[in-house]
Amino acid sequence: MGALVDVTRCIGCGSCEVACSLYNGLKPEQEQESKTAPVSENVELAVNRWTVVQSHKFEKNGEQIRRFVKRQYFHCQEPACASACFAKAMQKTPAGPVVYNENLCVGCRYCMIACPFEVLKFEWNKPFPRVLKCQMCPDRVTEGQMPACASVCPTGAITFGEREKLVEEAKKRLADKPNFYVNHIYGLNEVGGTSWLYISDVPFGELGFRTDAPEKALPEYTWEVLRWTPAIFVGWGAILTGLYIYNKRRAAAHDEEEMYAPVDPD
Amino acid sequence: MQKKRWTFRITGLRVLMIALVIVAVLICLYRFVYGLGSMTNLSDQWPWGLWIGFDLLCGIALAGGGFSTALIVHVLHKEKFLPIARAALLTSLIGYLIALVSLFLDIGRWYNFWRPFVYWGFHSVLFEVFWCISLYTVVQILEFGDIFFERVKVNFPPYKKILQAIMPFLLILGIVLPTLHQSSLGSLYIIAVNKLNPLWWSMIIPFFFVWSAFFLGPAMATIEGTLAARTYQRKPELHVFSDLTKVTMWMLIIYLIVKIIDLNYRGVFSSAFNGSFESNMFLLEIIGFVILPIVMYAIPGIRTKQWGVFTASVLVVAGVILNRLNVVFTGMAKSLSGQYFPSLWEFLVTIGMWCALILIYCFIAENFPILNKEEHVPNRMISSGASVRA
Repeated sequence: MGALVDVTRCIGCGSCEVACSLYNGLKPEQEQESKTAPVSENVELAVNRWTVVQSHKFEKNGEQIRRFVKRQYFHCQEPACASACFAKAMQKTPAGPVVYNENLCVGCRYCMIACPFEVLKFEWNKPFPRVLKCQMCPDRVTEGQMPACASVCPTGAITFGEREKLVEEAKKRLADKPNFYVNHIYGLNEVGGTSWLYISDVPFGELGFRTDAPEKALPEYTWEVLRWTPAIFVGWGAILTGLYIYNKRRAAAHDEEEMYAPVDPD
Repeated sequence: MQKKRWTFRITGLRVLMIALVIVAVLICLYRFVYGLGSMTNLSDQWPWGLWIGFDLLCGIALAGGGFSTALIVHVLHKEKFLPIARAALLTSLIGYLIALVSLFLDIGRWYNFWRPFVYWGFHSVLFEVFWCISLYTVVQILEFGDIFFERVKVNFPPYKKILQAIMPFLLILGIVLPTLHQSSLGSLYIIAVNKLNPLWWSMIIPFFFVWSAFFLGPAMATIEGTLAARTYQRKPELHVFSDLTKVTMWMLIIYLIVKIIDLNYRGVFSSAFNGSFESNMFLLEIIGFVILPIVMYAIPGIRTKQWGVFTASVLVVAGVILNRLNVVFTGMAKSLSGQYFPSLWEFLVTIGMWCALILIYCFIAENFPILNKEEHVPNRMISSGASVRA
């Protein structure tokens, strides 16, 4: 499952933010606990804000325009955070959402290093902090419902459904108005594809999206290196054993106990 | 060996270091109660800071002396390097313990630290790092047991016997495990494809990490041997250090060649000269701490002198530290939206941990057979000795 956000249809009402907080029981008084460095005047994602609507002003064809972008965790097809987690606290469910299990989490924050979009948030001021993010309302999704945010959107800026159908829909909209939309579906190929897709009439770089994400899924990079581990373990071990036995036969015996002594500091 | 009482000489400097350790412990207690955010400058943009970047990444690299000397002495049987073998093992063991402590300090949900032993997240590089470091620390403790029971003559002979029987196995394991995790400490950053500057990001970053950890070993042994000699007024093992330079020099040369080939292959070689902060840091790292030591090691007039071999070794070690810090901080800075500079508390904890390392080293070297048996050297021969007494 996934969602398609049409940036041109968003009016910035913030219903999705409210629905998300209410459904997930996120408390605004946790405000001071977020330690996110402000990058712009726009509100950033935080431990108690799993989705935010940011606004961007542009000059287009001589007139001022404003675009609103709903932001949240991307739920990658092959999530880097989940592949980075060595305790299986971050896992992609078959239905699509990437969910976090705080009971397994060690709090190492390698998922945050791994995330290509910098959207994972950590409870810095808790003694036993959690990594918090949009979970794509997994309970609602398994029941066949839309995530809370999508269900309340009054303008149809968020379309929820099967990812393949969303891609088709996005392509159709781009084809219908080729002079209006930027010819790019953000999330179609970025890091091997994400569950949240975006289309826009303004270049994505200007909307605060990372444009440096590679098209290959990030876990594939790691795996290319990691898969050599057993071979190195066995091969290098065998070489060393061989060398050890070969050299041992030629080596003279030496009495290590006679050779070393504690230093006398006086 | 005659049984002696446990000794630990107290000097002014040592009292200061003990005080710094206590300060660090108090800050750590505060951190465990109030969370990481209460005293570190870490943020969602900079989840890993000084403790991971310096104490863990550099600490483990500096402890590389253990496995490279083990390989040279016990597997290749270059007996002439035997005098430094035990000291290298000890430094390595304490280095790992320090790294494990800082890791424990840095993880948020520390009571869950055992989870990766049970839940096999083997797709994660951290999984390999975690397993290899834990196992290798156990191996080193067992290896150290051999030394321990030379001093502590308990009526428990089977342990020593068992240990001797499995020692070859431990030695091999004690080289294979660090090879794997030294490289995987580098692999941790492979997933940061769009975050780490291409001057440092590479698919063969694991090679650079394990290779540099290896050539750092002999340099570390030289520094540590020199300092120990001065502290305990002994003659430095100059001929051993000078011979070790051959290993280090050739490994540095290969490192440099592979680095240049890799940068060219990925087409980012020119970005080393574009004048940006990153490129300057990269050039400093390569010219000052790789090429310069190669030149110093290559000149007999320098490498056969105590000051020369010591200075070049300091450069090598500083270069590896700079490389790790460049990967963790310099190379990431541009792509991350936030900023990070360690807080005073983070620095104090780090200082405390390294003081603890020195104190433990001194205690063990003064009470266990670590350093080569040797006659005292009169004070006047090494007059500068007192200044670095630890």
